[in-house]
This record gives sequence, structure tokens and C-alpha cells, in this order.
Amino acid sequence: MSIESLVKNAKPLRGPHVIEYPFRRSCGPILSRFFSGLRDGKLVGIRSRTSGVLVPPAEYDPETAEPLDDFVDVGPGGEVVSYAWVSKPRSKQPLQHPFAYALVKLDGADTGLLHVVDVGGDESKVSTGMRVAPRWSAERKGDIHDIEAFVPENEAVPAPPVMKVDETPVGSVLTPLRLEYDFTAGKEQSVFLRGIAEKMILGAKRPGDDLVYVPPRGADPRTAEPTPEFVEVADKGTVVTYSIVRVPSENIDFELPYVCINVLLDGSDLPFFHVLQKCELEDVRIGMRVQASWVPDDQLEPSVTSIAYFEPLDQPDVPFDDIKEYC
Amino acid sequence: MRDVAIVSFAQSNAESEIRSEVEILQPVAAEAISQSGLERSEIDFTCSGSSDWLQGQPFAFVMALDAVGSWPPIKESHVEQDGAWALYEAWVKIQTGEVDSALVYSFGKTSPGDIGLVQAIQLDPYCVTPLWPDLDSLSGIQARACLDAGIVTERQMAEVVSRCLRSAQDNPHAVRKGDYSVDELLDEPFEVSPLRAHDCPANSDGATVMVIMAGDRAKDLCERPVWIRGFDHRIDPPALGTRDLTRIPSARLCAEKAGGADGRLDFAEITAPYSHQEVLLRREMGLADDLPVNLSGGSLAAHTLMSCGLNRIGDAAMRIAGGHGDRALAHAAQGPCLQQNLAVVLEGE
Repeated sequence: MSIESLVKNAKPLRGPHVIEYPFRRSCGPILSRFFSGLRDGKLVGIRSRTSGVLVPPAEYDPETAEPLDDFVDVGPGGEVVSYAWVSKPRSKQPLQHPFAYALVKLDGADTGLLHVVDVGGDESKVSTGMRVAPRWSAERKGDIHDIEAFVPENEAVPAPPVMKVDETPVGSVLTPLRLEYDFTAGKEQSVFLRGIAEKMILGAKRPGDDLVYVPPRGADPRTAEPTPEFVEVADKGTVVTYSIVRVPSENIDFELPYVCINVLLDGSDLPFFHVLQKCELEDVRIGMRVQASWVPDDQLEPSVTSIAYFEPLDQPDVPFDDIKEYC
Repeated sequence: MRDVAIVSFAQSNAESEIRSEVEILQPVAAEAISQSGLERSEIDFTCSGSSDWLQGQPFAFVMALDAVGSWPPIKESHVEQDGAWALYEAWVKIQTGEVDSALVYSFGKTSPGDIGLVQAIQLDPYCVTPLWPDLDSLSGIQARACLDAGIVTERQMAEVVSRCLRSAQDNPHAVRKGDYSVDELLDEPFEVSPLRAHDCPANSDGATVMVIMAGDRAKDLCERPVWIRGFDHRIDPPALGTRDLTRIPSARLCAEKAGGADGRLDFAEITAPYSHQEVLLRREMGLADDLPVNLSGGSLAAHTLMSCGLNRIGDAAMRIAGGHGDRALAHAAQGPCLQQNLAVVLEGE
């Protein structure tokens, strides 16, 4: 396929993209009391000079920043201060039938706790000022999910007793974060990736200029002008720097240790990041010549993983002076 | 204080973008620089506002520099905030005397993700984010508190929407616009009760670029420089339950400190992503009932997160530069339920 037809036909690529962090957060002495309380089926707030009893307890007075330590038992009942009705819950929200997010002012507290109110999906059963109480989780672990939801007070049942009292205060909470995106690669990157699927490595440049950027970035970083001209560069190049990886990482299938390289492909002016294989660690060096090893043709995809790795090429090294600008 | 003027402004908003951040930003930056009459090399400082979480592209804020050029090395800074705060940093930098001019930009690409959930990660990570309240729900809680307190009525909310969408018909950058009667709007179903879909921001992808310049040079560059006369930003406490959601002390204070309460205002451009928030902000910032607000259509017409506040400032500046008014208040807000607020008073030469 020609570059022209690739550029002309390249519909920008999009694909699923997930960011996920398994955060475990240490909670400090104040929130530890709150979460330990939840684990035991109790609710605690903290008294402040300016804002009354705060729930969840805060470490410092919101107005004066004075440290706080005067814990107060609150609830379990309380009233809805305000709410919003969620008719189409998202999959990661606490309830999967229609519910309300609400600020609940627990008895004895002066601030609202954000949580969910479950009225069986019937919006007419929720109102400002209504009395609610927690529906506790069957298994309590010491985090905010120990309360499944607030429910109308007359439907609430007391927290099931703790079978075996855990004397250890809650020290941390697990708060996993996962966000899903329908990622778009952009116009120039899409041309580059579609080129890869054709076993072509494409860079882009500014009209009338010699410098070729691989992968293309959408603009010339020196002049901020567009780079609309695509140029095919070689799948051979020169190592301008490298690093030996000895630490395992998810999604990496290479056997440890392995070598990451920045390779200046012949005809390009921006080093390209990839992995070097079939080379003893002690033989890797700046200036060495390498070549892409592609996956079999029937496995080519618009992804840099279509280049399985780079491998040494039997050619003399490039003198350092010729590449020092890129190192 | 040094006099600083907004000398050029450009923006782009689209319902959703397939272009990369660099590709969105590059033409907007080129337009603003060209309009400013300055060479890129004459701009002393570059400051941007964006958040990589929106599009899920780590270091998008660094890559974006390709779109404005960073060679030879430039003086540069970034805030994970609306570009209005980047403008504040650039203005302060000019006040120090270290630089005379600045390029300020911002961009937001929220269409690849679920913007409501992405914004939930700015909340208390211990007790609130694990419940994943989307921003529409939190704003709905605030709207109901305002309705219950009699600060706003459902009809007033619909009036705000009707007026903004009608004004937006003259705004080529608006992604939601049209002529809708209040009754028509009130007939629409609720999205997150008490909010209807049109009460919520018109989310869009885009970029914004502004050039500012100190002193006499600004007078040489443009026919009618628009001067920054006052500038302030404030924040309310992070815990939602600690705040009285029917009051926005930080908005009140920043408008007052920026000089919004002194002298005549011809109009205001404010960041009110949810319709009830316009009524609330008018009241908090002491804007007269008959003051024209959001002739651009505001966030109900185009809401490019991280850019919308800077867009309000730029829209106000361009209106003054075009001779449609002499003095205006522009406002930016970020965070849940208008937690963070910024105000700037602009005046034409």
C-alpha cells in the first residue's frame, strides 16, 4: 500500500484503554477511628470548635486548622439534608437499581455524610428531611462500604453483632481505581500505526524541512508547525542509548533481564523506543546497528508490538560523533 | 501593579474529537500567536492548564508542548487546573517583573472517558470516591439544596438554559444551542433529578490559547487592549458535607477582591456548568439582576473541561475588544459544586 493511500484512507484508530491502580491508603489515627468504628457497626464523628461535630471525622478544624481529637458517637439514625436521584446507575456505583446519592446528617452530627439511600428504586419514597439509618454490610471490613446504603429508618435493622471483636485498629483502606476509556490515537499516530500493520514505518515532517519525526507527533516540536508530509523510514537503525531492565512488570512478556533501546531509524531524526533481543547483555553498546524483527505477516496489527523486537545487524558501528546529537 | 492586557485569544470546541491533543491545540495556538502580532520567540513565558486523567493519556500535558514549540528551551509551567488559573500564574509572573509577555493555553478531551466518573477521583479518596458519585449527582444534591432553600426555582433554572442556548446561536464555538421555550424545557424528563439533561454542562473537547502582554507594548499590538484590572482566586473546604452548598463564600470573596463589586459592569461571563449555579453565582458575586450574563451561552452551550474558565475570560475580552462593552467580570470555577473560584475584572482601553 502506498503512503498516499494510507494517509487518505486512515480513519483515526480508537480502542479500549484502561487505567487501574490498586491503591491501599494508610488512613492515619483519625480516619482509623472512623473505619474501625464502621467495622464494629458504630459511627463516630469529631467535635470542632467552629463547625460542630464533623462526620466523617476530620483531622483539623476546617476554619482554624486546629488539630482535632474529641471523638463523639453519632447516629445510627439521621436525616437526608439533600439528595439527587440516579435513575441510570453506572456499574461501579454502589447500587444497580435507581437510588439517591444523599448528604445524611446523622443524629448528633452537624455535617452531612455523603452516601447512598436505597428506597427500592421508588423515587417517591425519598425526600429532603426523611429519617434514614444504615443498612450494614453482612461482612464488615473497615471501609465506607461497611454501610451498604442508608434506608428509611423504619426498615433499618441494627448492625449485626461482631462475632469476633478485632482489637487491631484499621490502618489502611483498599481503594482500587479503575477508569475505562475509548482511546483515540489522533490523525498522525493513526497513519503511523496503520503503516506498521503494512510493515512500513512512517515518520512525518514539515514541508520544506529535512527533519523526520517517528512516530509523528502532530507538530514539529521546534517550530510548533504542522507536519503533514509522511515519509517511510527504514526498519534498520542505530542504538543511541539503552537500558537493561531487571524488574518485572505486568504486560511485559520478555524474559528478564532484557534491553530497552532508543533506536535512531535510518532516515529519521527522533529516536524510537523498543526492545533488543538476540544479543548478550555485555554486547549492547551505543552506536551498534540493529534491525526490526517483525511478527509473521498474518499477525501484523496497527500496534508497535507488530515489531516483535529489534536484533543486532552485522554492520560496523556508527561512530559516536555521528549520533551524539541524539544520545 | 503592572498593567497587563489580553492581546489575543483563540478557542476550539467540538462535541468530540478524534484528533490528538497536539493536533487539537496546534492550530489554535498558531491562530492566537498570529493574532497577537508577536513572534513566538518574543513570548517570554508559557503556562498551561490541563489534566491527563480526562483522556487517560499520561503526560499529555508534556506532549502538548509540541503544539506551542519548546525549542530553544522556553520558560514553562503547568497547573492541573482550568487554564484560567494558568492565566493567573502568568499574570503574577508578569507582576514580578521577570517577564513581559505570556502564552497561556489549556485543553481538555473528555469524550474518551466517562467524564462524570473521571471527575469523581478529585474527591475525598477515603470516604467519597469509593462510592463513585458522578459530578451530575453531586451538582443535583446542590441544586436540590438551593431549590429547598428557595434560592432558585425549577422555572428559573429553565430560564437560564433557554436564555443561554438562545445566546449560543450567535457563538460559533457552541456545541449545544437553539431556541427552546421555558415550558418546553420543563417538559423534558429528569436526568439526575432535580437536573434535566439541559441543566447539565454541554461537554465538549477542545483547546484555548491566549496571549497577554504588559504595558505600552500591548497598546502597540492591538487597537483596543483589554486590561486586567483585578484578579483573585479562592477555595472552599473540600468536604462536601462541611459546606453549606447554597452558599459559595469563595466565589463571593474572589469577585469582591477582583473589584467586581466596585463600579459599573457591562456584562459578565461566568462558569456555571449547571443551570442552578448561574442563579447561585449571580447572588454570591453580587451581579445585578439585569446584568447580561453568559452572552456566549457559557458551559450550558460548550463545556470543555480545563478550558471553559479561560474561554469565559477570552470571550469577555473579545467582546470588549470588539467594542461591545467597556468593563466586565469573568469567572472560572472548578471542583465539585463550585468549590474553587476565580474572578477577573476586564476593562477596555
